Amino acid sequence: MNTLEILFYALSAFAIVSAVMVLISKNPIHSVLWLILVFFAISGHYVLLNAQFLAIVNIIVYAGAIMVLFLFVIMLMNVKKDKEPQKQHLVKFIGVIAGGSFLTLLIALVKQTSQLEGKTVLLKEGTIGLIHPLGKALFSDYVVPFEISSVLFLSAMVGAVIIGKK
Amino acid sequence: MPILNYIYLCLTLFSIGVIGVLVRRNAIIVFMCIELMLNAVNLLLVAFSKMYNGAAYLNAPSTTIGIDAQIFVFFIMVVAAAEVSVGLAIIVMMYRNTHSVDINFLNRLKN
Repeated sequence: MNTLEILFYALSAFAIVSAVMVLISKNPIHSVLWLILVFFAISGHYVLLNAQFLAIVNIIVYAGAIMVLFLFVIMLMNVKKDKEPQKQHLVKFIGVIAGGSFLTLLIALVKQTSQLEGKTVLLKEGTIGLIHPLGKALFSDYVVPFEISSVLFLSAMVGAVIIGKK
Repeated sequence: MPILNYIYLCLTLFSIGVIGVLVRRNAIIVFMCIELMLNAVNLLLVAFSKMYNGAAYLNAPSTTIGIDAQIFVFFIMVVAAAEVSVGLAIIVMMYRNTHSVDINFLNRLKN
């Protein structure tokens, strides 16, 4: 087992444990903090895949901006942790069974495909995750979606303000 | 690293997100589980991009095949940021009206 495999399995276990903790924490603030840890683990995966730009953007945008927005909303609402109504145990059980069946179905489907046999992922090497090739592609082939996304942001900003002012 | 390992990891994360949406009643945590699902998909897109790039990398080290998936991930992050701002505004409005973030109160569209 070389270093890359150890890192992969450690980051994967870290991500999955943190994701489970997001679900089972009673306090919403603890859920947000665990979700930030999931995002850090996923950023570690991006670094392992040499997608450095996405790793940094993931930390800045997701862990830095979106999660702070969640924290602000939770603090503004002052949600008491004992006030949160719990679903009945039967409903929870059925939900877990449904999700587990979904996971089993997907894994069975993936196991049947023969195209994925023996395919490997290039770790630690390759240049497509760096800023230079990504910027070139973004501002030549994808410049129209890039500009349209600014309109999307403007409309989202206007929508959030209008909804919040009501 | 085999691509199947990444697929299993992402499927597990995605299913945890699905279970969270089904099990929890707090609207904010349901929303966070949706973010978790988006991130699982992002990781899988990057893994597939590196799979296709790795096949061509041995012959031509400066190839940019597979870069589209990483740009897709970038746009998914853009859309997710816009979605979160609007969604959290809706949740705040719902809290102002009902003084609760329980999604079971959100059944007024039922009838």
